[in-house]
Amino acid sequence: MDWGFIFSNTASWLLAPETIAYAIATVGLAVHFGYGGLLNFGQAGFMALGAYGYAISILTFHLPWWAGILVGMAAAVVFAFILGLPTLRLRADYLAIVTIAAAEVVRLLFNSTIWESVTGSANGLGGYHESFDAANPIPPGTYGFGPFQFNANDWWMRIFGLAVLAVALVVVWLLMRSPWGRVVKGVREDEDAVRALGKNVFSVKMQVLVLGGVLGSLGGVVLALPSAVVPGVYLPSLTFFLWTILLLGGAATIMGPVLGSLTFWLIMAFLSVLLPAMSSAGLLPFMTTVQAGIVRFIIVGAALMLIVVFRPQGFLGNKKELTFNAR
Amino acid sequence: MSNESETRLVLDLKDLTAGYLPGVNILNHCSVSVREGELIGIIGPNGAGKSTLLKAIFGQVKVRGGEILLNGEDITGLKANKLVARGVGYVPQNNNIFPTLSIQENLEMGIFQKPKAFAERLDFVVSIFGELGSRLKQRAGSLSGGERQMVAMSRALMMEPHVLLLDEPSAGLSPVRQDEAFIRVSEINKAGVTIVMVEQNARRCLQICDRGYVLDQGKDAYTGTGRELLHDPKVISLYLGTLGEDAA
Amino acid sequence: MPANTANIKTTGLHVDVMGPGCKKVDPIIVADNVTRAYGGLKAVDVDHLEVPRGAITALIGPNGAGKTTFFNLITGFDRPDSGKWSFNGTPLTGMSAFKVARLGQVRTFQLTKALGMLSVLENMKLGAQNQKGENFFVGLAPALWRKQDDEIEEKAMSLLAKFKLDGKKDDYAASLSGGQRKLLEMARALMSDPTLIMLDEPMAGVNPALTQSLLEHILDLKREGMSVLFVEHDMQMVRHIADWVVVMAQGKVVAEGPPDIVMKDTAVIDAYLGSHLDTDLGIVTGRVTEEETHS
Repeated sequence: MDWGFIFSNTASWLLAPETIAYAIATVGLAVHFGYGGLLNFGQAGFMALGAYGYAISILTFHLPWWAGILVGMAAAVVFAFILGLPTLRLRADYLAIVTIAAAEVVRLLFNSTIWESVTGSANGLGGYHESFDAANPIPPGTYGFGPFQFNANDWWMRIFGLAVLAVALVVVWLLMRSPWGRVVKGVREDEDAVRALGKNVFSVKMQVLVLGGVLGSLGGVVLALPSAVVPGVYLPSLTFFLWTILLLGGAATIMGPVLGSLTFWLIMAFLSVLLPAMSSAGLLPFMTTVQAGIVRFIIVGAALMLIVVFRPQGFLGNKKELTFNAR
Repeated sequence: MSNESETRLVLDLKDLTAGYLPGVNILNHCSVSVREGELIGIIGPNGAGKSTLLKAIFGQVKVRGGEILLNGEDITGLKANKLVARGVGYVPQNNNIFPTLSIQENLEMGIFQKPKAFAERLDFVVSIFGELGSRLKQRAGSLSGGERQMVAMSRALMMEPHVLLLDEPSAGLSPVRQDEAFIRVSEINKAGVTIVMVEQNARRCLQICDRGYVLDQGKDAYTGTGRELLHDPKVISLYLGTLGEDAA
Repeated sequence: MPANTANIKTTGLHVDVMGPGCKKVDPIIVADNVTRAYGGLKAVDVDHLEVPRGAITALIGPNGAGKTTFFNLITGFDRPDSGKWSFNGTPLTGMSAFKVARLGQVRTFQLTKALGMLSVLENMKLGAQNQKGENFFVGLAPALWRKQDDEIEEKAMSLLAKFKLDGKKDDYAASLSGGQRKLLEMARALMSDPTLIMLDEPMAGVNPALTQSLLEHILDLKREGMSVLFVEHDMQMVRHIADWVVVMAQGKVVAEGPPDIVMKDTAVIDAYLGSHLDTDLGIVTGRVTEEETHS
């Protein structure tokens, strides 16, 4: 077993586009659930809208890359309104059910052949990088060291992604310490109490849904930047990976999603190389190499269950906030 | 009043420490003793541990120190069904009836360990709570607060308890229903049931009890006969308030 | 020893004949034909009710009489089947709860809604209205809302000091005792300088010794010009501070008047107060004799 390869491959995921993109989308989920108490099980749908909004704007409408991002964000805002208007006045469970369904509807629409010329249906979209790469300030060449050696365009994409993540974190941090954030925390706990104090609860919940959704769409954009936009990525399982990351890191924290995403991807990467290597080396006689590669998903599922039961506050969450709930 | 030194201790809580959350004790070295046939009142401010005391006896909260003796036997941590079999009845403050079952079914639930004794016990219960006799088939969920209290207490009485634990029987009731509840508790006690009653309506509680304990921060701060506590200036200023005196 | 009697009761609140639905000299709420039924059962059926301004009005009655439902209806927390009402002359029918609160009609709840996971100070600051920082975009720039937030904090601290909760300002509200949470809810409701404050069972679960100071706080509200409407079962409290009493039973208003008159009404006594209101139950149950009670 080539441990050098295993470790350097794993380490490279520290800066992978997926790691950054999932972190951004999970910050959105933290806003929804951690701070706002909204059960959104359709974050994959927001990500899809961001990614497709970006790609389609460039390919079909020949807009510049930054306009594509704005279109993706706008699509998320509209989607949030569609989800929120009928459900936010009802019990939390309704939003949960509607979001699972809506995200799947979005994926299936992109997957269908109806608008194939625009969406690429099952094959998805590619080849939209020119505009973004043209804006790259870094001169061509390969930079970096060890496992982190990338060319100029790859670095540009990562730096941009990290910048988006940083802005997202700052925005959420500022908002949650503001009076607006106070109202959100109050709404999460008891809507009627906050209504009795003169706050428009419905409007606040909608704003939370929009903010988290826009962050989800930005996550989708960052995911799409380096490669392609394929509908098969935006499955409910993506949403549940985001939930795992959220709970792992700590639901109502700023840095939780970042820590969670790093941990999640490092472990996934590690296992994706380790398990097949162990299987090839004959250490796992009861499964094939292919099976070994898939086992990591089972492990993630089991980990999610264990976190919820034994440490629901994740790494950075506040245990006190959860013990009061138990009463 | 029986000779105190000869009357045996039905319930003896010695130096009890208990709590819900790890590291946080609601009861702190609390001691309460209950003699045969007494009506004991437990009063005190919010968070003093009154409800926790009853829950500790009934095995519903972790006891971290001290012991609970029932007729000399250590029952600390014993499961609820064993306590009921040993003659301990408990009426919690909330969620104390089955709303989807009829009154009769609620009473049957109370005596499920000895179903053959149902008819006999029903007679006793109806002798105290007359109104229930004609409404046995009524769905418990459709009853008013005061009526539910009656059903809850009746359910606990079905097993012919030796000692009855009541958690704020007057809570949420209008004045006339509160008075009825207290009068009935007194009647049940006269019929031979030893009663430990936790109450928020301190004045009424002390008016009818034989002896009382004032709990504060998990400890038994004051004790005496009901009359002694009712007129004790310290107890009045700290726990009873002076409002009720306007009336007289 | 009788409690502080420096409190002057307000009289002369009604016009013409006293009785259920009678007119008031200066009403702050006027309600007409308000009904609400749940599955065939009429929970509220009020022909006419006027709540006097600048006075303390108690709403009493047996459980299930419709008191809390009536509260919920006129504060926008429930939709009536019929009826209209106005607050300070403004028609409120159909207005949503948060808008009603913004007009100056603030309420507390029977089951205290102190927001447990917020600190005591955060709870208080949430009570203030017209906060610029509550706007999503303004919230992003602290420079825009900091000054107002500091002013709100000052006000919060002075109110907390009055209610003796200032020492707990950074504690989670969930760590307060039941009585302290009631105080917090009341203090929080005062942050918006309401015109009418509606308290739903403010004494429920509160240590009797604490009741005294709570009553003083409520009397203060009247002194500062607010109108108070409260639901209560504690007759000592009603007798002590209420200027006017409205009795509800089975959804209707069955009696109105100053406390001493209403509480002597036989119908009210039978249905609600009980005949032992001022007697020692020890005597009633035969546990003690008359002499023993006066020892």
